[in-house]
Amino acid sequence: MSTPTDTTKPRGKAPAGERVADWADGRLGLYGLAKANMRKIFPDHWSFMLGEVSLYSFIIVILTGVYLTLFFHPSMSEVTYNGTYAPLQGIQMSEAYASTLHISFDVRGGLLMRQVHHWAAIVFVAAMLVHMMRVFFTGAFRKPRELNYLFGFLLLFLGMFDGFMGYSLPDDLLSGTGIRFMEGAVLSVPIVGTYLSFFLFGGEFPGHDVIPRFYTIHVLLIPGIMAGLLVAHLILVFYHKHTQFPGPGRKNTNVVGMPLLPVYMAKAGGFFFLVFGVIAAISALVSVNPIWSYGPYRPDQVSTDAQPDWYMGYSEGLIRIMPGWEINLWGHTLQLGVFIPLVVFPLVLGFIGLYPFFESWVTGDKREHHLLDRPRNRPVRTGIGAAWISLYLILLVAGGNDIFATRFHLSINVITWVSRIGFFVLPVVVFLATKRIALGLQRRDRDKILHGRETGIIKRLPHGEFIEIHEPLPQSALYTLTSHEQPKPLEIGPEVDENGVERKVGRIAKLRARLSQAMYGRDTQIPKPTPEEYKEIMSGHGHH
Amino acid sequence: MSESTLPSEREAHGGELAENPFADPGLPPHEPRRQDIDEKAAKSSERTVALLFTVSMLATIAFIASYVIFPVGKVVFIWPIGHISALNFALGMTLGVALFAIGAGAVHWARTLMSDVETAAERHPIEADPETKAQVLADFAQGAQESQLGRRKLIRNTMFGALALVPLSGVMLLRDLGPLPEDKLRHTLWSKGMLIINQNTNQPLRPEDVAVGSLTFAVPDGLEETQSDYQEQIAKAALMIVRLAPEDIKDKRERDWAHQGIVAFSKICTHVGCPISLYEQQTHHVLCPCHQSTFDLSDGARVIFGPAGHALPQLRISVNNQGYLEALGDFEEPVGPSFWERG
Repeated sequence: MSTPTDTTKPRGKAPAGERVADWADGRLGLYGLAKANMRKIFPDHWSFMLGEVSLYSFIIVILTGVYLTLFFHPSMSEVTYNGTYAPLQGIQMSEAYASTLHISFDVRGGLLMRQVHHWAAIVFVAAMLVHMMRVFFTGAFRKPRELNYLFGFLLLFLGMFDGFMGYSLPDDLLSGTGIRFMEGAVLSVPIVGTYLSFFLFGGEFPGHDVIPRFYTIHVLLIPGIMAGLLVAHLILVFYHKHTQFPGPGRKNTNVVGMPLLPVYMAKAGGFFFLVFGVIAAISALVSVNPIWSYGPYRPDQVSTDAQPDWYMGYSEGLIRIMPGWEINLWGHTLQLGVFIPLVVFPLVLGFIGLYPFFESWVTGDKREHHLLDRPRNRPVRTGIGAAWISLYLILLVAGGNDIFATRFHLSINVITWVSRIGFFVLPVVVFLATKRIALGLQRRDRDKILHGRETGIIKRLPHGEFIEIHEPLPQSALYTLTSHEQPKPLEIGPEVDENGVERKVGRIAKLRARLSQAMYGRDTQIPKPTPEEYKEIMSGHGHH
Repeated sequence: MSESTLPSEREAHGGELAENPFADPGLPPHEPRRQDIDEKAAKSSERTVALLFTVSMLATIAFIASYVIFPVGKVVFIWPIGHISALNFALGMTLGVALFAIGAGAVHWARTLMSDVETAAERHPIEADPETKAQVLADFAQGAQESQLGRRKLIRNTMFGALALVPLSGVMLLRDLGPLPEDKLRHTLWSKGMLIINQNTNQPLRPEDVAVGSLTFAVPDGLEETQSDYQEQIAKAALMIVRLAPEDIKDKRERDWAHQGIVAFSKICTHVGCPISLYEQQTHHVLCPCHQSTFDLSDGARVIFGPAGHALPQLRISVNNQGYLEALGDFEEPVGPSFWERG
């Protein structure tokens, strides 16, 4: 389109769009950026949209959140309600609660924006968690993406906390109880807990400061950090280029897919509207956090079935299954019943967040990986991930033990004890079961490669024998099923060399070798068929 | 045996590629869609996309109309959801359709009409090549040397010292976030002779008001909802009043601190401070609805289940000469969740 003669043409002849682009290029280097990115290739797989759901719900949360700030008053000054919601008229409440009622009942569309904000936040955290699991199980976190995984993990962690702060802001009976819980948790911190609590609440609980302080953290501090992390996350996705599943023509050194312009702009851009549309429809149909039915917060009142938003349910589970251990010594109290869950909470999350560094240390693998693993081909990692999910889920169940007890007519004590034992036992069982299933699936792949696909067609041979016809797999399938690596575990090597000189092997090196054995050693992979095996069996078939 | 199929090995064998049944056959040829070869089908897709975009436009107009038409307080019955706000329903559904139709149109356009030819682009290693790395290291060494930071230790050490100290100003500034705890967590409003007010009736309680098996919530006399520290005071002073048959009380101190079987316990759970509100009159157990800590009110309110660490504090009560229940002092131990200085 642009030939050298274009530049000599008089000004104003080029199309308007091009002139705008020229202007921007002269200031921003637009053409250089566009050259690298406009036709950038993105691979396609349904699971890659999970990250997109996270991104879009974050944008929706920001958009609706800005709207809510126009009407919300983050103040704990007590007022007497005289708005349109009759059941609460004449009741003392904080301005925060009263303005949330105002948004819900007097601002047209205010309730919808509140609902979209809350639903999008719920979807946001859920999508991030599932996205992280996709990345975990396919090994997409391996070099060069460990840091980007960590950025994503921090987004999840901050997203959970910002969600907690957000649903605390209306100062209703349910969320105020959540803040009270937080006070108890802060008080349990040894030595400094009481001081931390007084500094956080500006004095005694609840005081008049916590809502305005949470408000600043919720709308400014955490979203600001998250926006920075998000931009870094996306830049790295572009810079690393997206991972892809193995398949014919898909190599570690290339990326196969369709270009950003137009296909991905249309698909990803369109998907934003799909996500927003679905969340808007849910918000029209399903009520979330109806604060007017809880009433304003009073420290001496509470409702039954008190439940946090789902992503905090896991911490709720930790606190509910912990026995009430309390140590009183030398005039001091250590409330382990609260402090241990407070410590375990970030540890459980941190384990999954730091796993990439652990795995790369154990395997000693320093290469770049752009081809995804099929979960079955890494049974130990898949087992660890499944065990982590089972731990998360049992804590989620424990966090709702009262709901399960009343809905299913079970004893709450039994549920609590099952959760206590399950906390330790279930992850182990799930790990072993997942590993077995993965190995079974590897065997099935091996069978499919060597003996072909069962066609379901039964043939009767002249001498009366019935056989099922197996159809050999096409080469593309053979390649896909055999292209993965089967790494060998690290070896320490002999501790005494051939001259009888002892070699010092550190304890850490030994531990690493043992972990590597556990990850890649015996019983962790079914040997892939070799071309020789395949050819032998296939030629054997001819004689059959 | 497995290494023979590693990618690097396979490439090294080169000539055997054709022989290897597991070799990469390369990208499959592009399969045209109906829209690629049949202009009629393509036209039909075009109409579908345009229809979706038109639906979105109509839905936005409907959104604006709903905003104007429906009064904010109007509630309608919509099957099977039930009674809901008409405005919220109309705005949400029209907005949802308007957005969803744009997305569906764009995705349909991309899937049926835009080219779906897959192409491969090369990846380049993230790591720099050795020349770049050597250049950067040399540049850094030169820059570091020119700064003389390594040579002039005095500058280096004082600079680190200054940079380490300067954030302390910021930490200092946080001091006024709140007052020091002092002994504030140890005291509540209760004091000797203070009347016990029934929270429901707002009247002072008399022993005959408290029936066996009932649970009464009570607050100290003179605490008004309108006073500015009401929330902080009620967060510590809230009380549960229960009457037990005196012979049912197993704990001696509890019996001594009761009045004719009427006992007063802190309502604030010793776990993390939720108000306890569920009372089982047969067993005299109270349950905190937040984390299900269960206390036995007939046995010094000790913990019998759940995550709480110690018994609920009891308030000594008696009857004054006018026949009203009164406190005989403050709680003897801090109420609510444990803290380091509690002891």
